[in-house]
Amino acid sequence: MNRFLLPLGIFIVLVAFLAVGLNLNPREVPSPLIGKPAPAFELPQLHKPELSFAPKDMLGKVWLLNVWASWCVSCRQEHPILVDFAKTGAAPIYGLNYKDPRADALRWLKQYGDPYALSIADVEGRVGIDYGVYGVPETYVIDKAGVIRFKQIGPVTQDVLEAKILPLVKELNK
Amino acid sequence: MRRLLPFALLVLLALLSGAASAKEAAPTAEDVVVEKRMVAISEELRCLVCQNESLSGSQADLAKDLRREIREQIQQGRSDQEIMDFMVGRYGDFVRYRPPLKGTTLMLWFGPFALLLIGIVVLVVYLRRRSRRVAAALPALSAEEQRKVDALLGGTEERQQP
Repeated sequence: MNRFLLPLGIFIVLVAFLAVGLNLNPREVPSPLIGKPAPAFELPQLHKPELSFAPKDMLGKVWLLNVWASWCVSCRQEHPILVDFAKTGAAPIYGLNYKDPRADALRWLKQYGDPYALSIADVEGRVGIDYGVYGVPETYVIDKAGVIRFKQIGPVTQDVLEAKILPLVKELNK
Repeated sequence: MRRLLPFALLVLLALLSGAASAKEAAPTAEDVVVEKRMVAISEELRCLVCQNESLSGSQADLAKDLRREIREQIQQGRSDQEIMDFMVGRYGDFVRYRPPLKGTTLMLWFGPFALLLIGIVVLVVYLRRRSRRVAAALPALSAEEQRKVDALLGGTEERQQP
């Protein structure tokens, strides 16, 4: 009996490792930017290109930066959730319109609703690189000091919103 | 006129293909050096969109943008290490195909060797115990048997001699 216990033990440990490992999502790469100041930039606004926006304008506020594009399919999935979230007024959402022709972006917002306090146009995707964007949509929670506190890679779901983003925003607003 | 038509078409095609390749910008000597360094750096980096491809081999949009970024930074005179730090600062260690040696990657670097070592130790211990068990399980030879063994072994020796 005893001689089976060791292999069985090893087998169980192996299964446990595999179970955890296979359930991890390899697409979710932890961002090194969490806990660091949001990279500075200055870009024209989508609706009023003559005006610009910089993250330092937002110092003193807790805000969300949502990277989106009209060509991004899963953006459509999270969009209604963002629209609802914007209505609650818990925190302003700023949109980073990533590598998108302006006309397409404007049409998309008209069609699906505009949850953004304003959108910023990153046509060349350079700000996206500074923020480590690799899979649109991505959403950052930035605190009053301008530090990135949370990053959601992929669409924001109702679960993520309720379990992570809302409590965090509440805590940061205290 | 009819004979000229295919010829004209050929000339037109040649012109068009020339125009198409001209779009990619004619490489100069400096470009070749930059391009070589860019490829060398981007081969060390993972494309985050298609994770099993290097940045140099990927056709993903982001990979193209990042290659452009690397190219520009080379032209600005930044060192390979600075460019690597730029990438890791934004995308994390995961972007590197050669992860750095540090606390969180110790298992990654030394885990396989540790497993190999454990395997060798287990094997040696097992073999030693087994040989002891086998030796203990065999009954000792009596004097008569020992004499027969000696005779047989001696006999083979003799037979081998011409």
